[in-house]
Amino acid sequence: MTEEMIIAGFGGQGVLSMGKIIAYSGIMEDKEVTWFPSYGPEMRGGTANVTVIVSDKRISSPVLHEYDTAIILNQQSLDKFEKAVKPGGTLLYDPNGIVNPPTRTDIRIFKVEGTRESVEMGNPKVFNMIILGGFLKVKPILKLDNVEKGLEKSLPERYHKLIPLNLEAIKRGQEIVETVKEV
Amino acid sequence: MMDIKEIVKPENLVYGKSELLIDTIMHYCPGCTHGVVHKLMAELIDEMGLQEKSVGVAPVGCAVFAYNYIDIDWQEAAHGRAPAIATGISRLNPEKFVFTYQGDGDLASIGAGEIIHACNRGENILVVFINNGIYGMTGGQMAPTTLEDMVTSTTPCGRDVDLNGYPLKMTELVAQLPGTSYVTRQSAQTAPAVRKCKRALKKGIRNVLDRKGTSFVEVVSTCNSGWKMSPAKANKWMEENMFPYYPLGDLKDGEKGNPVSNN
Amino acid sequence: MGELRLMKGNEVLAEAVIRCGCDGYFGYPITPQSEIMEKLMERQPWTETGMVVLQAESEVAAINMVYGAAGTGKKVMTSSSSPGVSLMAEGISYIAGAELPCLIVNVQRGGPGLGTIQPSQADYFQSVKGGGHGDYKMLVLAPSSVQEMNDFVDLAFELAFKYRNPAMILTDGAIGQMMEKVELSDYKKRWTEEEVVEKNGSWATTGKPASRQRNVITSLELDSDKMEQNNLRFQAKYRRMEAEEQRYEAIQCDDAEYIFVAYGTSARVCQKAMEIARDKGLKVGLLRPITLFPFPKNIVKELAPKVKGFLSVEMNAGQMVEDIKQAVYETQIYRKVEFFGRMGGIIPSPGEVVDALEQKLIGEEK
Ligand SMILES: Cc1ncc(C[n+]2csc(CCOP(=O)(O)OP(=O)(O)O)c2C)c(N)n1
Repeated sequence: MTEEMIIAGFGGQGVLSMGKIIAYSGIMEDKEVTWFPSYGPEMRGGTANVTVIVSDKRISSPVLHEYDTAIILNQQSLDKFEKAVKPGGTLLYDPNGIVNPPTRTDIRIFKVEGTRESVEMGNPKVFNMIILGGFLKVKPILKLDNVEKGLEKSLPERYHKLIPLNLEAIKRGQEIVETVKEV
Repeated sequence: MMDIKEIVKPENLVYGKSELLIDTIMHYCPGCTHGVVHKLMAELIDEMGLQEKSVGVAPVGCAVFAYNYIDIDWQEAAHGRAPAIATGISRLNPEKFVFTYQGDGDLASIGAGEIIHACNRGENILVVFINNGIYGMTGGQMAPTTLEDMVTSTTPCGRDVDLNGYPLKMTELVAQLPGTSYVTRQSAQTAPAVRKCKRALKKGIRNVLDRKGTSFVEVVSTCNSGWKMSPAKANKWMEENMFPYYPLGDLKDGEKGNPVSNN
Repeated sequence: MGELRLMKGNEVLAEAVIRCGCDGYFGYPITPQSEIMEKLMERQPWTETGMVVLQAESEVAAINMVYGAAGTGKKVMTSSSSPGVSLMAEGISYIAGAELPCLIVNVQRGGPGLGTIQPSQADYFQSVKGGGHGDYKMLVLAPSSVQEMNDFVDLAFELAFKYRNPAMILTDGAIGQMMEKVELSDYKKRWTEEEVVEKNGSWATTGKPASRQRNVITSLELDSDKMEQNNLRFQAKYRRMEAEEQRYEAIQCDDAEYIFVAYGTSARVCQKAMEIARDKGLKVGLLRPITLFPFPKNIVKELAPKVKGFLSVEMNAGQMVEDIKQAVYETQIYRKVEFFGRMGGIIPSPGEVVDALEQKLIGEEK
């Protein structure tokens, strides 16, 4: 198994930390992982993306030109990465702020109303976990137990009391993910 | 109801952006002092008719892209070296208005040597010194000006003066040098402060045109991203914490050749 | 096996430095390596191992702090990225001239000048051919994974002290910023003052007892005959490094007709390119230099007769390719040595590398 994915959106949406949780959960399943972020001057409101690879084998390139899965959280990222999904691959997006939805016909497309749902759950911070739930539903590459362990590892101790809330958000995401298009 | 088009007319104009301030998106964070001081420099160069005469030296720091914002000729410097570059420009082009625009990491840390010697030689330049107490561009590390106990990414438990030394008052230092004629410390967090700051910068520019030696204008500033505060909170924090250590006002206003400050 | 963690290359390096018993770190912030000093400051090793960590006022100061501290026989280091390393070139030359051991880490970004903060390998020449003035060499290690950011710290110090020479870890923004699974080394104790005297008292400024001559750390020798003797001694040392320290990893080179030669991040890209090429039925191998100085020229010479050609893949305009050509030249057999690279902070994609292989090496033959 090798899963090559990109997660892209605005800084502050929890893009990098979602990637980190996936990577840590991968380690909990004895997989090899890499997490490669975009980086730059610390500016408010900039874009952020991260390439995450989870595999049974030693991982070669941490940088890719095409992906099995793209998780897209704003229009700029959709414009940039829709074309980089491998044929037959998966694109998952949050429709909030998306004016031009994806158009490809040779990939699977899903949407998760993460922004709306996080407001309904009363905590915008769990947004990225709702998205993660949606992803795990359509691509069950990690067991939920291991995601829980991954959360424990990647969150500092003082945030551990928030793990149940995060797990709830992941479950919510699994429930609300909608299929836009199957191949 | 009046239509917006009827309101927007030249005769109704009460305020306009200087022509020299290039119409582009600035990379500065909302609330950053750099934007305000850029605006003042653009206005002054415009109002004083100096576009053709001006050469700016951009530093390494958040103001590294100053050349994208003010429509004059610019030279980019290596980190801390702006005063040396300005020396080269000004010595060979004495009729030009040459200024450096530097942050506190650039001017007070890696470039401490260059600034002292440029001021000591009395180079005929204006130095605009943005003191935000931190390295903004690289993600909020300690600067020489960082206050005692202030948390930065390289002083996660606060600046410990036993480990890192004391906050450096560059303006007081350069005021001691006979090469400087005008040395002042300003701020730009309120409308009156901005107006005062503009007057100070204007005097600095005049001094360069009158070949009076080095003028040095510090602007005590905020870095709300680096300080991890909202812009409003950062302004308040600056007033409460920076101003007592970096008191505002003129330190020297006179003639080159005067070894000590006049107040 | 120790605990597995997910960490950034830069953070791992900082952790490895503490664990290997390093005595001091001096640095100045610069992207993309600021996390090294930030992590050290967060960890506060002075409370734990007694290691000193200091933010210097510039890279010029940082490398001279290293010079001073290394002269006392202790394990010290600095880290920076390309523009900062250029500023250190003067100090490194003095350190090499005074034959002091130390570690310098360069997390490269694209240049010249301020350039970009994105990853690059454009400082290869600067690192392996000298960089500063005078005839000197550094030992240069090139990690290609986060794990190697851990492993090479100890190795670099070991080699630096073995040869009394500056050692460099030459990496780039991608490996510095990337997170991977890592197993950290066990803690080693810092040398005690007595151990420093015992190990390095013959040359270091540990304080002169009546029993020995004074130790002077200097690179100055005005008498040309003596200076030439010094130069000859340095050169002999560099030849010894070449004879004893060439390190590399050869992946699927046994049956290969074509060899990618790449280090660091570009080696990772080439590994993927190799998989793609092998899927297409092309017999491709990867030679990954681990030491850049000494360049692993023996393995290139060994492979040359067996293969049709080499493709050097670098994140620069073609630097290491010259060392490959030199090695092939020394075999006196003709083999094609081609280059493919991207600049400006761009990492070549595996697909591009395969295209380059087909166009530059294989295409010619058809
Ligand atoms: C030789 C060198 N060292 C380090 C850097 C990295 N660097 C870029 S900006 C900066 C700090 C700038 O801080 P400051 O002057 O306070 O300006 P600010 O960003 O806060 O406006 C540093 C250290 C560099 N570009 N060159």
